[in-house]
Amino acid sequence: MKAVCWNGANDVRVQSVPDPTILNPRDAIIKITSTAICGSDLHIYGGYIPTVQQGDIIGHEFMGEVVEVGKGVNNLKIGDRVVVPSTIGCGNCHYCQGDMWSLCDNSNPNGWIEEKLFGNITSAIYGYSHMLGGYAGAQAEYIRVPFADVGVVKVPPDLPDEMLLFISDAIPTGYMGAELCDIQPGDTVAVWGCGAVGQFAMISAYMMGAEKVIGIDRFPERLEMAKKFAKAEVINYEEVNAGEALKEMTGGRGPDACIDAVGLEAHGVGLEGFYDETKQKLKLETDRPHVLREMMVACRKGGTLSIMGVYGGFVDKLPFGAAFNKGLTFRMGQMHGQKYMHSLLQMILDGKLDPSFVVTHQLPLEQAPHAYNIFQQKKDNCIKVVLKP
Amino acid sequence: MASTSGDKSSTNQPEASEVERWASLIGGGAMVLMGLRQGSLRGALTALAGGGLVYQGATKQSTIQKAQEAIGINQPIKVEKTVTINKSAEELYRFWHDFENLPTFMKHLKSVKVHNEKRSHWIANAPLDTTVEWDADILEDRENEFISWASVEGADVDNSGFVRFTKAPGDRGTEVKVVLEYNPPGGALAATVAKLFGEEPEQQIGDELRRFKMLMEAGEIATTEGQPSGRS
Repeated sequence: MKAVCWNGANDVRVQSVPDPTILNPRDAIIKITSTAICGSDLHIYGGYIPTVQQGDIIGHEFMGEVVEVGKGVNNLKIGDRVVVPSTIGCGNCHYCQGDMWSLCDNSNPNGWIEEKLFGNITSAIYGYSHMLGGYAGAQAEYIRVPFADVGVVKVPPDLPDEMLLFISDAIPTGYMGAELCDIQPGDTVAVWGCGAVGQFAMISAYMMGAEKVIGIDRFPERLEMAKKFAKAEVINYEEVNAGEALKEMTGGRGPDACIDAVGLEAHGVGLEGFYDETKQKLKLETDRPHVLREMMVACRKGGTLSIMGVYGGFVDKLPFGAAFNKGLTFRMGQMHGQKYMHSLLQMILDGKLDPSFVVTHQLPLEQAPHAYNIFQQKKDNCIKVVLKP
Repeated sequence: MASTSGDKSSTNQPEASEVERWASLIGGGAMVLMGLRQGSLRGALTALAGGGLVYQGATKQSTIQKAQEAIGINQPIKVEKTVTINKSAEELYRFWHDFENLPTFMKHLKSVKVHNEKRSHWIANAPLDTTVEWDADILEDRENEFISWASVEGADVDNSGFVRFTKAPGDRGTEVKVVLEYNPPGGALAATVAKLFGEEPEQQIGDELRRFKMLMEAGEIATTEGQPSGRS
């Protein structure tokens, strides 16, 4: 089959690789009909995620059709149309049973690497480094899905892929980001990053009762999308100081909750941005925590930071004194897809949510290298790419 | 513990207070190996099992052994690892107690054959496609709680170990603690045994316990072996 393989920083290639096979009883093989490039794939593309190896098939946001099931999978049959969450959960451990699927104890066969770095083992994620399981990813014609009996959601045949695909990752990530804010009536929620996850975080924040939602980015097309579809107020941080603007827009208090939908490649401005870029290039710092710093200072006293953008290693120069003295609450983590997918699907079926607006590019799988390039460089107003195998 | 030299079947009566100390160490919440720094696991387990007879596997040292010890390949391998499993102690004990199940999740074991309720024969994978073998006897067996075992005379590698099942707090399942001790023999086997668990025995045993957990909780062991990649 054809698959998108990582071959080094800023080098992905579409290669011929063997087809996946059933390896365990609870596996299924899915023929992929749509597979997205996630903003977090850009961290891999840029070479920022440790333990990604040359030749790894990447990608984790996908849907398709069941073509084969293992003997332990009784709830799926050949031909079922399914969406699969990006995090892999066994469904049996203490964490999965507590609906914290991305903290699964049992899906990561390379847990020892993560245990050494992080002290514990979290769930595997398709195509997202050997530390996080080393599973072959989804930017391919076929994929092996472990624990398929608990890890997929069946979807009806009559809606287009673009309506359904993003319950795999981007929508539950944004939704969980808003849920972690514990939004109260009258709250203002600020969202850093107006890519797909940021858009869904803003929409979810309004659904959960936010009074005002503010989107922060530097690309006009993303800010436009936030205004048009998420009904957010917006700040272009290249035109104004985001912290000062947030103060002015919140009566001098600061937002009640701040959502990070950017992660480890945040673009700082001025001296601070130069400091992080330099340290990251010299491998003295793995992550650029510009958004975290800004949120810690901007958030109101006693407010909440909800961190959904991906971090993979170490950050420094965090204004922890601000966080401590202001009594901030930090909530974060990979999203628990299996917890949210069924209710999100229902919202789409009920016509309460049409996520297809985020798609700016549909391209054949063969054009993955071009797609990564325009997405990384934000060329051609690229916000979300869907690849068609 | 005190040991008489040479005589393999010498009677050894540890003091009652020592036995009590071991009992609380092996049954308690602290790190077992911290408390066992000086003594041998075999001695402690044997005394706890009520046996006065302590087989002194490695007390008579040859010149070669002393030399090997000096360069560090004759050090005992001692490992302690604990994992919490979301299953009852009964279920976990039952699976473990059939030692023939152990190679399904312990990669360092090739096979275990149970001869009778006390004795079993173990074959472990060693480097360069070789194996090491031994007979082991169960020393103590407390249903749903504790199993200890030790190799008998004539083993390629003197070893002993125990597994303990303790209810975890709240609804967290069962804490499973494994402590193993391997005493490398003299001669050519010493280096082989030193590499039985690769460079990092702690990590290997940790991986094996994690596979036990996967098997018991998820019914299968997560793997990516055999999946496609773009590496030629």
